[in-house]
Amino acid sequence: MTIQGIAYIALVFLLVLGAAFPLGRYLAAIFEGRVRFLRPLEAGFYRLAGVDETRAMGWQAYAVALLLLSVIHFALLYAILRLQYYLPFNPQHIAGMSPRLAFNTAASFATNTNWQAYVPEAQISNGAQMFGLAVHMFLSAAAGIAAAAAVMRAFASGAAKTLGNFYADLTRITLYLLLPVTIVAAVLLVLAGCPQTFSAFITAHTLQGDTQSIAIGPVALQEAIKELGTNGGGFFNANSAHPFENPNAWTNLFENWLLLVIGFALPIAFGHMVKNPRQGRALMAAMAIILALGCVGTYAAEASGNPLQTAIGVAHQGGNWEGKEVRFGIPASTTFNVSATGTSTGAVDSFTDSYMPLAGAIPLFLMQLGEVTPGGVGSGFYTIIVFALFSVFVAGLMVGRTPEYLGKKVQAKEIKLAMLGVLILTLFILAGAGFSLVTKSGLTSLANAGPHGLTEMLYAWTSATENNGSAFAGLSADTNLLDYGLGAAMLFGRFAFMVPVLAIAGSLAAKPRLPESAGTFPTTGPLFIGLLIGVIIILGGLQFLPADTLGPLAEHFLLQAGKTF
Amino acid sequence: MSKADSISLFESRIIRRAAWDSIAKLNPVTLMRNPVIFVTEIVSALVTAAGIEALLKHQPAAFPLIIAAWLWLTVIFATFAEAVAEGRGRARAETLRHARSDTMAKLLTNPPNRALYKPTPAPDLHQGDIVLVEAGDIIPSDGEVIEGVASVNESAVTGESAPVVREAGGDRSAVTGGTQLVSDWLVVCITADAGSTFLDRMISLVEGAERRKTPNEIALNILLAGLTLVFLIAVVTLVGFGAYSGTKFSIPVLAALLVCLIPTTIGGLLSAIGIAGMDRLVRFNVVATSGRAVEAAGDVDALLLDKTGTITFGNRMASAFYPAAGVQEHELAQACAMASLGDDTPEGRSILVLAREKYNITPERPADAEIIPFSANTRMSGVDNAGQSYRKGAVDSVLKALNTEGDNAFAEAATRIGRAGSTPLAVSANGRLLGLIELKDIVKPGIKERFAALRGMGIRTVMVTGDNRVTAAAIAAEAGVDDYIAEATPQNKLDYIRKVQSEGRLVAMCGDGTNDAPALAQADVGVAMQTGTQAAREAGNMVDLDSDPTKLIEIVEIGKQLLITRGALTTFSIANDISKYFAILPAIFVGTYPQLGALNIMHLHSPESAILSAVIFNALIIVVLVPLALKGVKFRAIGAAALLKRNLLIYGLGGIIAPFAGIKLIDLALGLF
Repeated sequence: MTIQGIAYIALVFLLVLGAAFPLGRYLAAIFEGRVRFLRPLEAGFYRLAGVDETRAMGWQAYAVALLLLSVIHFALLYAILRLQYYLPFNPQHIAGMSPRLAFNTAASFATNTNWQAYVPEAQISNGAQMFGLAVHMFLSAAAGIAAAAAVMRAFASGAAKTLGNFYADLTRITLYLLLPVTIVAAVLLVLAGCPQTFSAFITAHTLQGDTQSIAIGPVALQEAIKELGTNGGGFFNANSAHPFENPNAWTNLFENWLLLVIGFALPIAFGHMVKNPRQGRALMAAMAIILALGCVGTYAAEASGNPLQTAIGVAHQGGNWEGKEVRFGIPASTTFNVSATGTSTGAVDSFTDSYMPLAGAIPLFLMQLGEVTPGGVGSGFYTIIVFALFSVFVAGLMVGRTPEYLGKKVQAKEIKLAMLGVLILTLFILAGAGFSLVTKSGLTSLANAGPHGLTEMLYAWTSATENNGSAFAGLSADTNLLDYGLGAAMLFGRFAFMVPVLAIAGSLAAKPRLPESAGTFPTTGPLFIGLLIGVIIILGGLQFLPADTLGPLAEHFLLQAGKTF
Repeated sequence: MSKADSISLFESRIIRRAAWDSIAKLNPVTLMRNPVIFVTEIVSALVTAAGIEALLKHQPAAFPLIIAAWLWLTVIFATFAEAVAEGRGRARAETLRHARSDTMAKLLTNPPNRALYKPTPAPDLHQGDIVLVEAGDIIPSDGEVIEGVASVNESAVTGESAPVVREAGGDRSAVTGGTQLVSDWLVVCITADAGSTFLDRMISLVEGAERRKTPNEIALNILLAGLTLVFLIAVVTLVGFGAYSGTKFSIPVLAALLVCLIPTTIGGLLSAIGIAGMDRLVRFNVVATSGRAVEAAGDVDALLLDKTGTITFGNRMASAFYPAAGVQEHELAQACAMASLGDDTPEGRSILVLAREKYNITPERPADAEIIPFSANTRMSGVDNAGQSYRKGAVDSVLKALNTEGDNAFAEAATRIGRAGSTPLAVSANGRLLGLIELKDIVKPGIKERFAALRGMGIRTVMVTGDNRVTAAAIAAEAGVDDYIAEATPQNKLDYIRKVQSEGRLVAMCGDGTNDAPALAQADVGVAMQTGTQAAREAGNMVDLDSDPTKLIEIVEIGKQLLITRGALTTFSIANDISKYFAILPAIFVGTYPQLGALNIMHLHSPESAILSAVIFNALIIVVLVPLALKGVKFRAIGAAALLKRNLLIYGLGGIIAPFAGIKLIDLALGLF
C-alpha cells in the first residue's frame, strides 16, 4: 500500500460525500414537489398519461403501480430482445436472443441488476441497447428511488394513509435528476473520449496492413446512466475496463463518483424530509464506514501481491496487477470495483476473478450484506432502513421502551415483513448457489475448480439476488439453469424485498409520530452508527459466512500454502 | 413489603417442581409456541436418532450421543427457566389461594329481609345474587355493598392487617372475595361469577396460566423465528457447498452448527423474563391485568400523580413564625406552642415540634388548663390557663375576635403565605396579636430529585390536586413537576389525558374513586387502588394492593426493567454468534482444507472438542443467565443515551467477547478427560 493509494480512496470519499450533501437537499426538494423548473413539460406528461399527480396513493396502490410498470417494461424488453433482428438500428444484423437469455436479460434490466449473461457486442443491437436497455437504466433506477421516497414519507408523516403518487415520483426523479445529470455527464464523457454515435463499427487499418473492425455506438450516454443509476450494464463486454467506456484515469474517477453519489445523497435527503438532518447523516456514516473499510481492505489485499509470484521473484512492484488496466492502477481499480459492488452497480474496471482471494471476498461480502453501502439507488436506502429497524428492535429495548425509529413504533408487522425480505435474499443466494454446485449443469459453467469455482457460483447468485449485476467472470452464465435461476433470483431479490418494504412504509406511515424525549432511543451519533454497522454485519452477513469460508477464505489460506486452482 | 418477598431465587421446593415441569414442557405441541426451542428439540431428536443408528451399526457413537445429550440439555434448560419463573409466581399465588377457602354464602332469597337466607357454597354464586355477610364471615365473592357499614380485614389480598371500612354508596363500596368481615354486617350484590373473581384472576395471572404474549414479545418471537429460518437455510445449503468441496457433514455436526447459531439463549429465556416481570410487580403488591400493561408502563411519557400523599406528606406542617411588629419571634413561638398544647391534630403537633426545634421551647401542659377546642363557628382553638389566654386560628377569625385589622405588614405576610401555597394561622396571647404561623404542605424530601431523574428519562410528571391554581402552582414549583392540574375534577383529568395522548404520548395515572374510572380507562397505564371502588378496579389495568399512589413511579421502572432485560439478553444472544463461528467453522472444514485451521483463533484442541465446547457453552449460558432473567437488569435513570451506551457495552460487546472465553474454558476442561 502507498500513501497515494490511500489518498486516492480518501479523494473519492471526499468528492462523493461533499456532493451528497447539496444533492441530498435537492433530492428532498424533488420528492416534496418543490422543484418545478420543467413544470410545463412535467404537467404535459401527466396530461398525456391521464395522471392526477396530486392524488396520493396508499402503499398497495403505490406498489401495484410500481409492479405494473415493471411488468409492462419487462414484457416490452423481452419482446425487443427477441425481435431485435427485425427492429431498426441494427446495423450489425444481430439475431434475436434465445428465450432463456431474453428472460434473463429482461429480468436483469427491469430489476436494476444489469447482470449480463450475453456478450453485448455480439448479442445485442444498438437499437436494443438504446431503446431497450438504456430506457430501463432510467426507469428501474427511477423506480428504486421512488420506492425510497415513499419510505421516507412514511417517516416524515404522522398518521398518514398515503405514501405519495408513484407516477409523479417517477416523472420528477427522471426529469429533474436522472436526465439532466446523465446528459451533463455524457457530454463530459464525450469530451474525454467516449464515443456517442449510431454507427456500429469503425474499420481500422493496422500497421501490418490488416483491417480490424472496432465496435462503437452510443456509448457515452449509456455509460453515464449506467453509473449514475447504479445499473452497471456495460455497452461492451469488458465494461468499464474498455477504453471507449472509460478512457482514462480522470473518467475513471468521474464514473466512480457518479455511481456513488445518489446512493449517499439519499440518506441526506431523508434527513431533510424528516426535518432532522442528523438522522440522515447517521445512516450515511454507517454506509460510508463499511464501504471505506471495504475499499481499504481490498486495496491492501491487492497491494500485498500474490505470494506465489513474490516467492519466485516475479512479482510486480505495487502488488497484484493481473486483470487490471495499467491506465488506472491498483488503488483506482480496487476502489472502483468495491464501489460498484457496494452500490449494486456491478460495473467493473478490472476483473474481480483475478483479484487475490480476500480482495475478491470483500466485494462478495459487501453484496451479501444486502447492498447498503450505499447500495443501489433507492434500494440501498430502503434496505438500510430495514437494518435500522432491526437495530432499534434488537437493542432499542435496552433503553427501557418498546422500540421506535424516528417516533414510529416498530412492532410485529414491521418485523415480520422485514424478516420476510431477509429470508428471500438468504434463500436465493444460498439455496441457488448450493444447489447449482451439485448439479452437472452448474459445474460445467465453472471455469475453475476448488474454492475458486465455488466463489464464482456464489458470487453469481449473490450478485443476481442483490441486484448488483457484477460478475466475478469465469462463469459461463448462459445456461438454462443460470439464465432462469438467476433471472428468478433477480426478480425475487428486487420485488419480494421491495413490496414488503413498501408494506412496512404503509404500516409506519399510519402510525403517529411520537415526539422525541430524553427517554427516546438515540438514532444519531457514533453509538447508533456502530450498532447499525454491527447489525448489518451480524444479521445481514453472518448467514453467508459458512459458504464464504469454503470459497474465498479457503482459497486464501490455500494460496498462502502454495495451492492454486 | 409482603411476605412473598422472601422467596429466594432458587428455593429448593420451586426448583424441584420446576425440574419436573421442565420435562413435561418438552411436549412438542406446547413447545411449538417457542419456535427457537422447538427447532432445537427436533434437531436433538434427529441427532439422538443418528447416534442410536451409529450404535446399532457398531460405528463410533460417542460423539453424536454426547452432542445429542447437550442439545437435549439446551432444550431442558430453556423449559426449566420458564418453569422456575412460573414456580416463583405459583409460590406467591399459593399465599393468595389460602384466602380462597370454600366458604358457605348466605344467599338472601328475599333481599330486603335479612333474616331469610339460604346457605349456598361460594362457587355456586352468580352475578347479581344478593348475600348477607356478618361479622366473622368470609366474603364469598367480589361484590358491591348495597346496605350496611362494616370493617373488613383484607389482609388476604393486601397483606395489610388493619381493617378497612366498607360501606354502601361512595368510593368504599367494593368488597373482595376471600376477605373477612371483622364487625357488623353487609348486604352485598355479587359482581363476579365463580372462577372470575378478582382473587381468581390474580392467582392465574401470577401463576402465568393466563399469560398471553405481549405485543413486543410477539414481534420479538417473529424476529427469532425468522433468524432461526435464516440459519436453517444457511446450514441446510451448506450440505451443497460441502458436497462440492468434498466435505460430507454428519448430522450431529450440522445440528451443532445450527443450534449454536439460532438464538437459543433469548429463545429459552424470553417467557421467563416476561413472567418474572409480572412477578416483580406482584412483589411490589401490584397486580397487572395483562403483560401488555407492564410493557406500556415502560413506554409511559407522562405520570399523573396525586399531590396529597405522593408529592406532599398530605398533612400541612408548621414551617415558620412571622411575628407582628414589635413582637420577638421567640415570644411568638412561645405563644404558638402554648396555643397548641391542647391540639392533637398533626398540624398542632407540628407547631410544637417547630417551636422545640427552633427555640427549644417545651411547654408543660398545666393541669388546670382549659382547652378551647377548635369549632367551625369560631375557627379558633387555644388554651386558657391562670388568666393567660392563647389563641390560634384562621386569620380573619382571630382578627375579628381581637377586633383589630392588624397592620399592613401583617396583612402582607398573610397574603404572601397564602400565595406560596401555604396556610397562615394568626396567633394571639391575652388579646394581643402576636403574629402568624405558616402551615405548609411539605413536599417529600428527595421527590424533586426523583422527578428530575424521571425527566432525564423523558418522563414528564404532572401533579393533580384539588387546590386552587395559586396553591397548586407554588407546590408544583417546589416539587419540580413539569405541569399541574389544579382544581382537578374527573372531567378535566380526562381532558388532560386525552390532550397528552393526542400528542402521541402515553400516560399513567392512579385513582380510586368511581369518578376516576373514565380517566383510568383512558390512561395507557391505569393503576387502581385496592381500597377503591369496583368500577375503578375494572377500569384500570393494574391494581395496587397497598393503595399507595407513589408506586406509579416504581411501576414505570419495573416496566422499563422488563424491556431492558429482554433487549439485553436478545442483544447478548445474537452477539454470541460471532465466537461460535470461530469455534465451529474451522472444526467442520479442517478435514477438507487443513489450512482453514488458521481460523481456529481460540486454539481449541480438537475439532470434536471445539464443536462440543460451543454446544456446551450454548446450553450452559441459558442456566447462567436464568438469575439475570428473573431478577432483571437494573434500571438506571441516567437518560436513554447513557443507558444505551452502558447496556450496549455490557451486553453487546460483552456478548461478542464472553463466549470466546467461555468456549475456551470449556475446551480446556474437556481436554482434561
